Amino acid sequence: MNLIVFGVYPYLAGTVFIVGSLLRYEREQDGWGAYSTQLLGSRRTMVWASNLWHAGILLVFLGHFAGMLTPFFEAVGVPPLAHQWIAFTAGTAAGTIAMIGGVMLLCRRFFNSRVRAASRFSDFFILLWLLATLGIGLATQAVTARDLVNGNVGSMTIFEAYLHSLATLRPHPALLAPVPMIYKVHMFFGMTVFLLFPFTRLVHIWTVPFNYLVRRYQIVRARRTA
Amino acid sequence: MKIRAQFSLVFNLDKCIGCHTCTVVCKNLWTNRRGQEYAYWNNVESKPGIGYPKAWEDQARWQGGWVKKGGKLTLRQGGRAKELMRIFANPAMPEIDDYYEPFTFDYAHLVNASLSEAAPTARPLSQIDGKKMDKVRWGPNWEDDLAGDFEARAQDRNFRDMEKRVYAAFERTFHFYLPRMCNHCLNPSCLAACPSGAIYKREEDGLVLIDQNRCRGWRMCVSACPYKKVYFNWDSGKSEKCIGCYPRLESGLPTACSESCVGRIRYNGILLYDADRILEAASQDGEQDLYESQLGLFLNPHDPEIVEEARREGIPEDWIDAAKRSPIYKLAVEWRLAFPLHPEFRTLPMVWYVPPLSPVKTEIEQGNLLPSERDGILPDIASLRIPLRYLANLFTAGDERPVVAALQRLLAVRHFMRARVVEGEEDPVVLEAAGLTVEEAEEMHRTLAIANYEDRFVIPTSHSESALDDPYAYQGQAGFAFGNTAGHGMSDLDLFPRRRTQTPASGGASDKATLFGKRGHSR
Repeated sequence: MNLIVFGVYPYLAGTVFIVGSLLRYEREQDGWGAYSTQLLGSRRTMVWASNLWHAGILLVFLGHFAGMLTPFFEAVGVPPLAHQWIAFTAGTAAGTIAMIGGVMLLCRRFFNSRVRAASRFSDFFILLWLLATLGIGLATQAVTARDLVNGNVGSMTIFEAYLHSLATLRPHPALLAPVPMIYKVHMFFGMTVFLLFPFTRLVHIWTVPFNYLVRRYQIVRARRTA
Repeated sequence: MKIRAQFSLVFNLDKCIGCHTCTVVCKNLWTNRRGQEYAYWNNVESKPGIGYPKAWEDQARWQGGWVKKGGKLTLRQGGRAKELMRIFANPAMPEIDDYYEPFTFDYAHLVNASLSEAAPTARPLSQIDGKKMDKVRWGPNWEDDLAGDFEARAQDRNFRDMEKRVYAAFERTFHFYLPRMCNHCLNPSCLAACPSGAIYKREEDGLVLIDQNRCRGWRMCVSACPYKKVYFNWDSGKSEKCIGCYPRLESGLPTACSESCVGRIRYNGILLYDADRILEAASQDGEQDLYESQLGLFLNPHDPEIVEEARREGIPEDWIDAAKRSPIYKLAVEWRLAFPLHPEFRTLPMVWYVPPLSPVKTEIEQGNLLPSERDGILPDIASLRIPLRYLANLFTAGDERPVVAALQRLLAVRHFMRARVVEGEEDPVVLEAAGLTVEEAEEMHRTLAIANYEDRFVIPTSHSESALDDPYAYQGQAGFAFGNTAGHGMSDLDLFPRRRTQTPASGGASDKATLFGKRGHSR
């Protein structure tokens, strides 16, 4: 079971994430976008909710990426316990911001009848799934807090080692054996987000328009191919 | 100099009867779909009024168009970084209630209702969530023929710089229709605001289009367009706008709204302009200089040097010929009878309006306008303070002089032709006072009053042969369609081998090898 969920499933989810995104980009541009419902109303709620949600979730993602997958903290000489303190405080703050925005968005999606009518199944599902993942992630902080008080960085070290084993294509799921269950549930939910990604509106993340900062204001397309 | 051709329209407001045929035709042709129910690529507003969407002209609220800041032209809604910061929620974006909640009626109830004393009624149903609506509170043309109370309509931005107390007098003398569509601007702010770069201007005819494959639904174009002529499709999650009926134009047919106009008020044609000077023309310091600077962009197609240069830059011969015969060139540039709508938005709009004579006529009929000393016949239009101010706020950023000049010429032609046809007299005195020759007056009369089909529409067909290496290889493929039906993938490498469609947008893709197949097609 451990082997399947933490040895095979990450690669399955990752493959679907990459290949699915590529295929959808190539063949299904029609639905590729942010699928905003801002037009349909509740502007004041929307401005707060959407900004909180996006800011929070981006910080959370950045934290996971920089803190666990890259040797960023080791490189700047932060000791493991301090690293875990930073992860705990920043993660809880960003996660709470995202949770507030996310719950506002969820209420809007379910209780604004226009927004509900314009929503597809995947819109409800992915929002609920992300909020569940986020909620479990915040719940893990209770365990982390106890570890912090005891000066125990064991779990964090295991996660880093496990993620490195995944990234280097030498999966070592047995590493996770001593880790509390709640972390594992969070990891399973998180990996599943990647599995669902190409089938939802999340694909808009791939096409964040940074190019706008540098492109010319006016664009003219020539018909002539020469 | 960089010569380009621009498709353009003139609307003769003097003859618009507000029948909305253009609107209905456009609606049925292009936006009769889920997600676009509320959208009218073409609409007709009653003026004075706040219009559709509500108060669209109020840029303090909607943040559309360009402003000159520190000597540079920037989008009113903010620079590039600020815009990206607002990508999660665009605070300047109108909501559905600013347009109106689209509705249908519960017609089935008329048939299915059980027997009752009172006749059953068909209640309005929202076309978004399908719920019964208690009351329809707003619509795409709620102020039709000055409906509603004047207090609400007086929020019209074109009343700026005018005293409140004159409004009531205004109401008795002045009412006209304003048909609106995408202006296919020379300096489009929707295009400049698009984070994805999905909006583009076609080089050959200047139509501004949204690539539905590239649009990600960031919604910045909706707020950036000062005319509010980009509509977000809540079903597809992407923005849509008037496409200038390009499938028709390419075959030499007028746009559907123009073709169907019963008042024959719409003119279609092309103008040649100097694309190198667009920024300069849009960056004039004074807002009232923008009308003149925009006119300065257009090139005289009768000038042999311009024709020579146009040929050299690859403009086809029949397009040069169409530019020479263009009704737009005559009305907007040569005769200066047509004006751009709100040039102060700095987008260089390319739908031009001949101002209405109705306020002048009303005043004459009421005996309020006396003949001027100039010719002893035509009234002194400049004494029509209120409507003139209003028209100038609409068409020339408040400069009344060009509007007065145009109205005077229109009135002179009308008087001259009436004297000739009804009274059998030649009266060139009025023409001289307006600075017109008899030939010019006759041509204006033919163009504006008779408005024959061939005088209204001079549309050169597209030269798609210049875009396709082998047109025969592409026959029978999907043409214009919504959704994915016409697409065959984004990249040049084809994962699933099949013959590639060569389109202007993906031009040249056919020459590349496919991943698993051989070359797309043989030449």
